[in-house]
Amino acid sequence: MSYARIVWAHLAKDLRLEWRSKDAINGMLFFSLLVVVLFSFAFDPTMAVSRRIAGGILWVALLFASTTALNQTWTRELRNQVLDAQRMAPSPASALFVAKVLANFLFVTMIQVVLGPLFIIFYNLHALGQGWWMAAVLPLGTLALVVNGTFFAALSLRTRNREMLLPLILFPVSIPALLAMVQSTSAILTGEFDPGLWINMLAGYDIIFMTLCLLMFETILNAE
Amino acid sequence: MRLIQGALAYTTLSLLSNIPMKRTLQFGLPIALAILAVGFYQAMYVAPTDAAQGDIFRLIYYHVPSNIMGLIFPYVNFVASIVFLATRRSNPMRAQAADAVALASAEVTLVFVSIGLATGILWAKPIWGIWWTWDPRLTSVLVLWLIYVSYLLLRRFTAGGQTETLAAVLSVFAAVDVPIVYMSIRWWRTQHPAPVFFGGPNSGFDRLMWPAMLWNLAGWFVWGVMLVVLRYKLERKRQCIEQKSALDALEAELQTSP
Repeated sequence: MSYARIVWAHLAKDLRLEWRSKDAINGMLFFSLLVVVLFSFAFDPTMAVSRRIAGGILWVALLFASTTALNQTWTRELRNQVLDAQRMAPSPASALFVAKVLANFLFVTMIQVVLGPLFIIFYNLHALGQGWWMAAVLPLGTLALVVNGTFFAALSLRTRNREMLLPLILFPVSIPALLAMVQSTSAILTGEFDPGLWINMLAGYDIIFMTLCLLMFETILNAE
Repeated sequence: MRLIQGALAYTTLSLLSNIPMKRTLQFGLPIALAILAVGFYQAMYVAPTDAAQGDIFRLIYYHVPSNIMGLIFPYVNFVASIVFLATRRSNPMRAQAADAVALASAEVTLVFVSIGLATGILWAKPIWGIWWTWDPRLTSVLVLWLIYVSYLLLRRFTAGGQTETLAAVLSVFAAVDVPIVYMSIRWWRTQHPAPVFFGGPNSGFDRLMWPAMLWNLAGWFVWGVMLVVLRYKLERKRQCIEQKSALDALEAELQTSP
């Protein structure tokens, strides 16, 4: 079987599971919606203020929401020793990782599709910069979140209180990515500076950490 | 290449494991304290008072060495983690030693970075008028601190034989992440004084300030190395005890089973 077919097999399984249970998407969606509402109570955003803080709130909400889903993405493999079976399977371990990343990427993107319009309504946003840049920032930022998130979820899978450990190790490493996401989104919304540098940095971050995760995944999958 | 790397790792580790713990203290402690005493004298009495900042400026003789040490020991941690990952199948004994070095250097890193942050905060209040600012350079050191806290947390939360591997992987991530953090700080505008070394024109030191700085750098370096060696020895002892108890349990089971 070719690499692409293995990835597709993993991905199709994950999508089918999600289609039937809808755990991750429902959880993430409601969670991020709550964060958005809570933040607007906390800051009472007016038009001018909201444009400055919306980028940060959007990405922090997505970061929090995706950790709730990322915790589940590997625990469902633990039931019935599925993960052990996958470790013994003669397919490359990185294919499993790529499929998980793609699945999580799709889930978080779906959240964004729903959350984006709600965000614009609640915070009365319209971009003063070039709004179409968001089409680059959103996927790149999501990828940065889910690549490291999926990896660290697998890393903390067999630890004591893993639910807690995941954000503790994911957030510090993700800080530069979060900075780039928030800066580029704010640049687009306020139109005060050029988002190009931060988008490039986000792309570089994605490439570097995707490579690193692919190289390291087999090590942590078999760490025992 | 592999041979050189192996030889380097082997000599370092055998050197480390052949010095007894007591010896390290007997020799390391007096030397470190003596150099630090000279450094203290130079910093407090010999070095000139800064024209603009006054005596609070003398804090820099502790701030800069701590931060430099806090940037050196992460490399030790990274190299030890790489050695661990490379040898954990082929040479488990050496990998265990490398892991002890990684743990020791991570803890010492955290101590130095904490001191660097604390002295910086103490200096900032009278000079800048604020305790802390989200200046990129400060932020990136804080991120380094956070990453190493999460490294040690991971070590604490994992159990059994997987701790070393997972921690080594996280160490590699940290090593890749820190330069990215550092680059992102250069793209922001900065409030921190230009780096003392390699900071470009108009940065740098008066000739009279160098002795105090160099003595303190040397003193804190010896102090840091001594801490790493002691912590390494302690961790090796813990590993030995753990292995012995595992072996004992195994033997006991063999004896009781029919």
